[in-house]
Amino acid sequence: MVFVRFAGAFAALLLASGIASAQGAKLTDPQIAHIAYTAGQLDIQAAQQALEKSKNKDVVAFAKDMERDHKAVNDQALALVKKLNVTPEDNDTSKALTKQAADKRAELAKLNGTAFDKAYIDNEVAYHKTVNTALQNTLIPSASNQELKDLLTTGLKIFQGHEEHAEHVAAEFK
Amino acid sequence: MRHGMAVGMLGALLLALMVGSARAEVIQIQIEKLAFTPRQVSAHVGDTIQWVNADFVAHTATARNGAWDVMIPPNATKSFVLKADGTVDYYCKFHPNMTGQVMVAK
Repeated sequence: MVFVRFAGAFAALLLASGIASAQGAKLTDPQIAHIAYTAGQLDIQAAQQALEKSKNKDVVAFAKDMERDHKAVNDQALALVKKLNVTPEDNDTSKALTKQAADKRAELAKLNGTAFDKAYIDNEVAYHKTVNTALQNTLIPSASNQELKDLLTTGLKIFQGHEEHAEHVAAEFK
Repeated sequence: MRHGMAVGMLGALLLALMVGSARAEVIQIQIEKLAFTPRQVSAHVGDTIQWVNADFVAHTATARNGAWDVMIPPNATKSFVLKADGTVDYYCKFHPNMTGQVMVAK
């Protein structure tokens, strides 16, 4: 149930940024780039924890895929912000994401074996679901630069693939 | 005489290879923005399927029946020769939202 709470907290945050946008404080491209990049880095860290702890071959394969794909997306993001001469800007959503991921990591650190595998993969399903919803409803529509919008749109398709992949792995532990 | 025979055999071999390659087709499938295009292709046993990955992430073409599993790195092209007939549904192991189908005739 913890992951549901996490997803709920992030959803609340995005709702808050949605409200902010209704008030005219729309997310800027430097903020959007920071949120997307941070979300990717956090999933890489989660994957690295899984690679240290898990012995399940499907979980390990999934974690390796996450590490590789999110690095590939973030490399593109870095190249793009450099090209556009944009400096990603830290913001409350990025900060909250980072804090919640740290809490999750600490919680998962206490688990081992199947309990860890199940908690990790359940969180991956929830995390991707939340990030994908945020991309679709908030980040992509708010992005002004077309190249940033395009990269986020391709990212969304990649992460939707991850969500489905995570659901397949999670089904093993039901 | 022996030399002449050897040349003749070589010629026959080359002819056989040329006829063979004229019959077998190379069918190209583009991978871009997480989609196989065309999604559905028709082929014959002996044809080569060539996947051209224009994405910056790796993909796979993995047959659901387990017949083949081709890894396609980012910005790379990978080929596979069809050895059996039948309709094969395939997907990407890393992004299962990507699916395709190869219909292979004898």
